[in-house]
Amino acid sequence: MQMQEYINIFIKAVFIENMALAFFLGMCTFMACSKKVETAIGLGLAVIFVLGFTVPLNNLVYNGLLKEGALAWVPLLGPSLAGYDLSFLGFIVYIGTIAATVQLLEMLLDRFVPKLYVALGVFLPLITVNCAILGAVLFMVERDYSFTESVVFGLGNGVGWALAIVALAAIREKLAYSNIPDGLRGLGITFIVTGLMAIGFLAFSGIQL
Amino acid sequence: MAIMSREERTVLLDPFFNNNPIALQVLGICSALAVTTQMAPSLIMCVALTAVTAGSSLAVSIVRNYIPSSIRIIVQMCIIASLVIVVDQILQAYAFEISKQLSVFVGLIITNCIVMGRAEGYAMQNGPWSSLLDGIGNGLGYSLILMGTALCRELIGSGKLFGMVVLQSVNDGGWYYPNGLMLIAPGAFFIIGFFIWGLRTWKPEQVGSED
Repeated sequence: MQMQEYINIFIKAVFIENMALAFFLGMCTFMACSKKVETAIGLGLAVIFVLGFTVPLNNLVYNGLLKEGALAWVPLLGPSLAGYDLSFLGFIVYIGTIAATVQLLEMLLDRFVPKLYVALGVFLPLITVNCAILGAVLFMVERDYSFTESVVFGLGNGVGWALAIVALAAIREKLAYSNIPDGLRGLGITFIVTGLMAIGFLAFSGIQL
Repeated sequence: MAIMSREERTVLLDPFFNNNPIALQVLGICSALAVTTQMAPSLIMCVALTAVTAGSSLAVSIVRNYIPSSIRIIVQMCIIASLVIVVDQILQAYAFEISKQLSVFVGLIITNCIVMGRAEGYAMQNGPWSSLLDGIGNGLGYSLILMGTALCRELIGSGKLFGMVVLQSVNDGGWYYPNGLMLIAPGAFFIIGFFIWGLRTWKPEQVGSED
């Protein structure tokens, strides 16, 4: 039963509530870095990576530090701290956690998986300011996911986003050969293509889980 | 204009059409698309973003000479995040309904590239007064597109403006068939796409060079 629930969250995150196409998150990078399939794959991988790490991590931070009464586990001071509700500090703590994780991930990859590090290149640090990451974290907090659920949710969102950007990049590569009105060239047509893709993804919203 | 010199006015007004943060610089589109199904929340979002951009540009510009360049991003992040927390708390206190409606998107102002982009790109090199103007200008340039999108979406999608009925819809005995497409994600993409098309036809020098 538990397993099925996790699969539901995953499918929902990938298709039905796709970060990029249903919630418009991570749009800046989505538009800017989708000119080539190769870079899109690199960026997609990086996003899956970072989401898979930071969402569960921030889940721990929220449940262990910020939530009302969360500080009760602190030895000695526990009972006197239990009344504090630090959730208003959320934003600054989450973004700090994300920045630190990305930095750490960068160092680890550089040391142990240099090939992937080179492939991800400049995208990894850029991801800190990608709204998809912070957005997923905030959704996780809003929906009150447990730790395991947040792992699944993070990975699912990453996969969904990667899927969308790779698909868009593939379309844009083909678009280079088409005859588009001058003013619509580049950014304009990209928006319209993304809109059409979003219509395609709407078809998934009928799925009952 | 005694208060502002010509230069300062350019700084304030340029982001409206000549150098619009959304249409030309492709910054901060996430929230532009997500909150624009209705005018009222969009307006709140615009005010919030303009306030944060102006505040962060001002603050970054004041401390710019004391920030070691290696940690400047983190310093900017902290300033922005703190401002957003303030805005969020104010919204929760005085406009709770709308803050619920905006849900995560107030928090996402932190990662809105306009704020960060102005802090890094302009405020780090310029004095407090012109940075403040630049922040306000970019905030308003963003608001312009946001409100325009919201106008189209609410009017076409539900026949209302600011929640007031303008076009009586069929369900209420009127004549207007609401176009549901405008209320869902794809509608927003199309509107911004057409907006950019219009702007670039009007000002052809903004047409992207490659692809």
